[in-house]
Amino acid sequence: MTVTSLGIPRRLLEFTIDGQAVRMPEGSTVLDACRAAGKDIPTLCQGDTLRPKNACRVCVVEVEGSRTLVPACSRRAEPGMEVRTDTERARHSRKIVLELLASSVDLSTTPQVAAWIKEYEAKPDRFGPDTARLNEEPKIDNDLYVRDYDKCILCYKCVDACGDQWQNTFAISVSGRGFDARISVEQDAPLTDSACVYCGNCIEVCPTGALSFKSEFDMRAAGTWDETRQTETTTVCAYCGVGCNLTLHVQDNEIVKVTSPHDNPVTHGNLCIKGRFGYQHVQNRD
Amino acid sequence: MDLHFGDSKPTDDERAAVDALLGPPESSWEGADRSDADLRWARGGREARDRREMLLPGLHAINDRIGWISDGALDYLCRRLTVPPAEAYGVATFYAMFSVRPRPATVLHVCTDLACAAAGASELCAGVEARLGHGASVQRSPCLGLCERAPAALAVRAGDPVRTAVSAPATVEAAVLAAGSPDSAPEEPPAAMAVPQAGDPALTLLRRVGVVDPCSLDDYRAHGGYTALRRAFGLGPAGVIREVTDSGLVGRGGAAFPTGRKWQATASQPDHPHYLVCNADESEPGTFKDRVLMEGDPYALVEAMTVAGYAVGAHRGYLYLRGEYPRALRRLEHAVAQARARGFLGDDVLGQGYAFDIEIRRGAGAYICGEETALFNSIEGYRGEPRSKPPFPVEKGLFGKPTVENNVETLVNVLPILTMGAPAYAAIGTDRSTGPKLFCVSGGVDRPGIYELPFGATLGEVLALAGVRENLRAVLLGGAAGGFVRPDELDIPLTFEGTREAGTTLGSGVVMAFDDTVPLPRLLLRIAEFFRDESCGQCVPCRVGTVRQEEALHRIVRRTGAAAADDIALLREVGRAMRDASICGLGQTAWNAVESAIDRLGAYE
Repeated sequence: MTVTSLGIPRRLLEFTIDGQAVRMPEGSTVLDACRAAGKDIPTLCQGDTLRPKNACRVCVVEVEGSRTLVPACSRRAEPGMEVRTDTERARHSRKIVLELLASSVDLSTTPQVAAWIKEYEAKPDRFGPDTARLNEEPKIDNDLYVRDYDKCILCYKCVDACGDQWQNTFAISVSGRGFDARISVEQDAPLTDSACVYCGNCIEVCPTGALSFKSEFDMRAAGTWDETRQTETTTVCAYCGVGCNLTLHVQDNEIVKVTSPHDNPVTHGNLCIKGRFGYQHVQNRD
Repeated sequence: MDLHFGDSKPTDDERAAVDALLGPPESSWEGADRSDADLRWARGGREARDRREMLLPGLHAINDRIGWISDGALDYLCRRLTVPPAEAYGVATFYAMFSVRPRPATVLHVCTDLACAAAGASELCAGVEARLGHGASVQRSPCLGLCERAPAALAVRAGDPVRTAVSAPATVEAAVLAAGSPDSAPEEPPAAMAVPQAGDPALTLLRRVGVVDPCSLDDYRAHGGYTALRRAFGLGPAGVIREVTDSGLVGRGGAAFPTGRKWQATASQPDHPHYLVCNADESEPGTFKDRVLMEGDPYALVEAMTVAGYAVGAHRGYLYLRGEYPRALRRLEHAVAQARARGFLGDDVLGQGYAFDIEIRRGAGAYICGEETALFNSIEGYRGEPRSKPPFPVEKGLFGKPTVENNVETLVNVLPILTMGAPAYAAIGTDRSTGPKLFCVSGGVDRPGIYELPFGATLGEVLALAGVRENLRAVLLGGAAGGFVRPDELDIPLTFEGTREAGTTLGSGVVMAFDDTVPLPRLLLRIAEFFRDESCGQCVPCRVGTVRQEEALHRIVRRTGAAAADDIALLREVGRAMRDASICGLGQTAWNAVESAIDRLGAYE
């Protein structure tokens, strides 16, 4: 049985979202409240297991009295706050942010973004044919995973997951600045020369597919990747006694990648190299 | 944290540069030879991690000595400070003055920003590039803060010690000479040369510039120095805050926040320690007032920081000085050392039982570090990216502790408030903008420089003082993040409320005049390029928005009317989202000047 800590009782805050009164426990974010109230706020850089970085700015909402728009993912709810989620001003910023992103990076493997682009009527092409893009080749320097920074929206989630929020390996950082900023390891070296321990927790949190399993990358390149034909089975890792949950993604009776449930109170979606990548023995038929 | 270091080794010079800053390493864990003790214990843990804040000084030490930061040097510094190499690499590549690729020992920074561009910076660049050989590299630089002597160049020669020379106004010959032998380059003119009103007894903030010897504490005291601090000790911290609040002083860095309220909010925080940070990262194109104050009257800043620290209950003040100000650095290092030696700083300031000291931190070429929370990150040894607010610095600032951050001009205003008293100070200027104000006048005027006027003088009066020329086309108010006004708007009163009513901003006090020979679209392109270069890259509206705006301006640089209309509409849409959705002031204001040029000057009609 899993024992979930309830913590100390929390005060309920009262405020309004789009004119409708809501009550949320103290410490909730505006995004928590919006989702509880059934509002659909798009998010890209927000991660359920990480502290909000609020870098993408696609979740902005209007808060009465604030000069600028407010990122819903990180702003804590306050009593008496008047939040408006779907104003012309908020929608305009979301549309532009989607256009700016889609014009500079490849969002083809980012879940849900196509629907938001349609909903907000974003037209990434209107900046013209000569817009600056990353235009970088995928970095394939090891057998476990591929870094395709052409798809990177610089959400910092991999940095946070590798750093003090989960893994404490600190192998990844942001280098350079402005449009030239890139996720990189020290000296921009190959992953094999870096401090990386191949836990794959950065892949787990990557929202765009910029970091992916080599298996997934190869299958996509070959045109054989098909999520509709995949089943997901959650089981317990057999390598050691910790008991981490593994979700095996299986296509055509082959494990194609391994993730971990984020709501697991022990691992929160994190695994080690063995749990994440050590699955070939299961299907080695030679 | 299990740190992984590569196998690249520092050279003897690199090791010496780091050791000169941090002292020799004690154990093999941080790069010394292995000793018997190392076999029995492992040094590290929390004690070592606390040295992260030495990362930026460490990078400076290497860059100063060698001219660039090699893998081995970076690794060694990381070992000494227990900083992950990936993070240190991220920090080293954030700043424009550092290089992680080999480059010549001498770098000539040639300012290509607004005032210098108008004064022929591109010809200067081309000239020096043709003349300088392999021993030096030319780097096009954002504003060097020498706008009154445009065009400007700064030569930095790595070595022990690092040598610098400023050439302004620079000719190709003078700049090449400065780069070739920084030691024998002619001395810069005194700071007072930037103050056309110098010696005028009516001055308040600038009254000592050109009068006092900036290297003499005794001379400073003979000219009224340290009377404000004595009065502060008489009033007590709460009394000082009351005076500052009653004076109506608001921040001079651009945001115009009431200083007394900020101090009160910090002083009353239960969490300790409290910190004071002086923001001397003056990087707004067109701004050079803080440099002139620091070079001409450095003890005034030391005293003002002591007063502010006393008022808010801080025992440590950080002076974050932009890396492009070598003379201000030398003057302030000297002033702080003298003040410390004479008991004006230290464990027992003036025998009053109050401990306060000042640490100077050099920036390394990043406009964003003038943003208050980015500055905290920079001091702490992280990338100079702004933090999201709330929490505000008064609650969680430097090292997560309550912090007051003020810029140089704001702090220096505290001295006359205490010496003349709040009512007399508040009588200067207007009801809502009290006190004297410094204006940085440059561009198409006969006497560019820093002018001190009471709030309420009109734009025309400031320009007349500086000798504006006849064919005035536009005035940029408040710097690159400010806005343009027309020659028929010179009656705008230079107060916070007056400029706001006129739909523009006072910003950091920039008044830059452009005559009709300056090609406006090129100027706007330079402003867009500046913001694209200086965006930290953290949030999407600013990181990509500044690029898309620059692209649009490139497309329309030679177009007008209907041909430009589509791109102007695009600029407006992107600009609006940047203003609404960017994390910090950089992205929020990056479009201001271009927008004002379109709306007020009809730049593309």
